[in-house]
Amino acid sequence: MIKKFFTIITVLLFALMVLPLLRQIVPFEELAPVAVAYAEQGPDQLGAANLVTSVIVTYRGLDTLGEVTVLFIATAGVGFLLRRDEEDQLPGEKNTGESTFETAGESALHSPREASELLGSGSMLLFPLLMLFGVYIFMHGHLTPGGGFQGGVVIASSMLLLMLARVSFHLNHLIISLVESLSGFFYVAIGVLGLVLAAGFLDNRILPLGEFGTLFSAGAIPIIYSLVGLKVGTELTNVLGTMRLTRAQQEEDV
Amino acid sequence: MSIVIIGTFGAMMIGAAIFALYSQNILSAIISSGVISLLASIIYILLAAPDVAMTEAAIGSGLTTVVFLLALRRIQVIQAEKGGAAKAGKSASGLGYGLGSGDGSAEEAIDD
Repeated sequence: MIKKFFTIITVLLFALMVLPLLRQIVPFEELAPVAVAYAEQGPDQLGAANLVTSVIVTYRGLDTLGEVTVLFIATAGVGFLLRRDEEDQLPGEKNTGESTFETAGESALHSPREASELLGSGSMLLFPLLMLFGVYIFMHGHLTPGGGFQGGVVIASSMLLLMLARVSFHLNHLIISLVESLSGFFYVAIGVLGLVLAAGFLDNRILPLGEFGTLFSAGAIPIIYSLVGLKVGTELTNVLGTMRLTRAQQEEDV
Repeated sequence: MSIVIIGTFGAMMIGAAIFALYSQNILSAIISSGVISLLASIIYILLAAPDVAMTEAAIGSGLTTVVFLLALRRIQVIQAEKGGAAKAGKSASGLGYGLGSGDGSAEEAIDD
């Protein structure tokens, strides 16, 4: 009770602290100078129809590289923690919780029961469409809303559907880690190439800008966003695959 | 007009957040926190930011909800196994629940 009282007092004090800021808020009448420069020069300079993408991938490309790095570290953390969890517990479990565990292991073929007909068929129908949609999103990131991150998440959700539909489905970790690390490598390599051939790190003008508004335009932006999409998609698929593994399936693996 | 719609969605978001905090059922709390992101993405579309709206809908209400659900299932599996071990006469002593129970074997070793 007294704890709750103190919590409310603290929240009120915080509110009191932030309240003066509220009066200083004025609605933006005009864009900030940097935003004006981006909006006016962006299309001519970088040739991307979607201005948001040209800011994310090129003008603020280093921030995006940081975001990709954060996601990579988070994925690595999930993989590391959950993997160790399984390996630590398995030997201990074998001689303690034998009864529950054995039944789970025995009926591993049936135990995580197969998906229903509706889920199975629906997922099989949706999987290729979703995969295609994800690829479309990140390849057209310089033309339409969306890009590498959104496309990657759509790809990961299509893989999730596959995992839901097929209990026996296993991710090929070799392919996943290969795609993930190669796309990360080429992302940075293209960035360095921009340093050598164009104005700076992650500059998209290492390739011809092409005709404004077509698929093959905006220099290296489609390539960079495709690499980001592949990287994000494989990373998130890996997270889902790592979190999905149950004991029974792990046992089946070993 | 649009400020009214945005305000309504904002109020719904706050309501969903409070429900997620105080709901006794973890499953409905997870779903409710996904609803927050969905409403946020609608607000982003109304504010003419389709890129952010897509990210919010895909990651916030899609992927995060799924990850939470998978984590919930893992926790339930771990709890069920701990319960089974206790029934089998072992001193599981019900200490650490949750995902960080990689030290469960260490506890048991100390108990033994």
